[in-house]
Formats: sequence, structure tokens, C-alpha cells
Amino acid sequence: MNAIKFLFAAYIATWLIHAFYLGTLVRRFSRLRRELKEIGKK
Amino acid sequence: MKWLFPILSILTAILLAYALYQALVVAPTDALQGDVYRIIYYHVPSAWTAFLLFFINFVASIEYLVGAKPSARSAAKWIVIAIGVIGVIATFIPAVQQMLPNGMRPTAVATTILLIPTSYFLIGKLFPGQRLDVLAVTTAEVGVVFCTIVLVTGPIWARPVWGVWWAPGDIRLTSTLVLWLIYVSYLMLRRFSSGSQTQVLAAALAVFGALDVPLVYFSIWFFRTQHPQPVIGGGGSMDPRMLHTLLISWMAFLLFAFLVCRSRFRLELLAREVEEAHAMASLAGSPAATSLPLHRSPK
Repeated sequence: MNAIKFLFAAYIATWLIHAFYLGTLVRRFSRLRRELKEIGKK
Repeated sequence: MKWLFPILSILTAILLAYALYQALVVAPTDALQGDVYRIIYYHVPSAWTAFLLFFINFVASIEYLVGAKPSARSAAKWIVIAIGVIGVIATFIPAVQQMLPNGMRPTAVATTILLIPTSYFLIGKLFPGQRLDVLAVTTAEVGVVFCTIVLVTGPIWARPVWGVWWAPGDIRLTSTLVLWLIYVSYLMLRRFSSGSQTQVLAAALAVFGALDVPLVYFSIWFFRTQHPQPVIGGGGSMDPRMLHTLLISWMAFLLFAFLVCRSRFRLELLAREVEEAHAMASLAGSPAATSLPLHRSPK
């Protein structure tokens, strides 16, 4: 049965979604830290 | 406590790897669906985690709404206690037990009801004041991520088993989609509205949104749907090895969700700090503000 590709698709999709979300968290963290540093310099 | 986060991260990674091994290698193959049924080990724990996060969001939102008025806070406290006491007593009354769906154990219902006052007081104690609002936005956002996974893995599972990606009109599927849309609108409201009432409006929306969670959960008990019956507590018979793998997988996802929530919580605190610093900086830059005695440099 060719259904095994659906199983891997589901598992890969799950981790892609988590990786994407974690990526946005990291990006937001670095942007805020940079912003805070810039305000501190002024 | 700085060592706790790395240790928990390593523990979570090990548990996730172990859960993956259990799901792909150890758990037996389903006689009807074959290997594709193994999607259950990601689909169901993601759904349970999303429900739990939306429940925490619901409790935090209620506490935030009633927190402004001492009389409302006191009334909410007694209502929650009453729900706990009456709910637990009611589950042991035979007439009420007969009303429960077939296979649902009264002890499980009583434990779930007890969770309401317990979590209410615990969350109120651990997250005072504005931290309740931070917790609400954190759990909503991470909950949406897990709910997205449910909505993505569901159709991928449905295609080889049902022959279709989506069963239009199916109450379980539709109510889950509605739940996702409610919390996405909650996040959009918080993102794009800048008024002073945004937090209160968002909390009110979250309370109504959470009402959809029981509808999603119980829809397969009370309605005829394409979606399979519950695997736990619904009278279904699941192989003990499958159940074991499912619970390990859920534990791994719970730990993972906790770590993600912790990071998102810190991000929200940092965002508010930056916002405050911006306000202070602009106040310091304005000519009228220079004479203010309250002028202070940003943190």
C-alpha cells in the first residue's frame, strides 16, 4: 500500500510547522533585543 | 534556575525521539488501516495539547476579566468552587451517570471537573496581574500552532483512509476549523488593535472561543460523524501497546509545548519592556516631558 507516504508527509508537516513557528520566535526575540539595545544607546 | 531550561530541552528531545521510535517501530500495525494509522501518534497528542492550552487561555482570560473588580473576583472564586463541588457530587448520582455518553467513566468526568477549580487557583497564584494577559496570549498562540497541526495531519490521514481530504459538513472537522478560526481572530485582534480595551476585548473573545472546545471534543460522542470514536474513555478497545505509545507521545508533546510556551512568555514580556522603553524614550525626547519630575531613563 502506498499509504506510507501519507504517514511521512504528516510527520514532516508537523515538524515543519513547529520549525517555522520556532523560527518566528527566534526572529522576534533578536529584533526586540536589537530594538532594546538601540533605545538604550539613545 | 537557569539550568532548568537546557535540561528540560534535552529531556524533551530524548522523549520526542523515543516517542518517534515507539510510534514507527514498536507500536503494532493496525489491521484495517495499515501503517498510515501511525499518524494518530502526532494527530491526537497535538489535539489534546491544543485543547489544554486553550483551556489555560480560557482560565487566564476569565481571571483577567474579573481581576479588575474585587467583587467580581470574589464572586468568580465562589462560582468556581461551586462548579467543582457540585460537579464532582453530581457525577456520583446514578441519574446523572445514565446521562453520560456510553463508555465515559464518572471518575474521569469528576477528575476533569476538579481540574477547573484547581487550575483556576493555581493560575491565579502563579500569574498575578498583567502576567495573566501574557499567559493568555502565549497559550492562544502556541495552541493555534498545535491546532494547525491537527488540521494539517487530519486531512493527510483522511485521504488514504476515507478517500477524501475533507468531509464537508462533518461536525468534528467543522467545529475544529471554527475553533482554529476563533483563536486566529483572537491573535489578529491582539496584533492589529492598539486601543486600551484590546486586552479586555481579547479576553472576552477567548472566553467565547473556549466554549467551542467542549463542542469539538464531545461532537463524536453525541453526533454521527465520519471521524472515528474516541480512543480513550469512549468504550473503544485500543491495543495496550498503541495506548502506551500514544501516551508517551502526548507526554513528549506536552513537554515540548511547555518549553515553547516558556519562550513565548518571555518574548511577550520582552515586547512589553521594549514598548515601555519606547514610551519612556519618546517622553524623554518631548520638550514638555523634560520638565516632568517622573522622567527616568529606560530600563
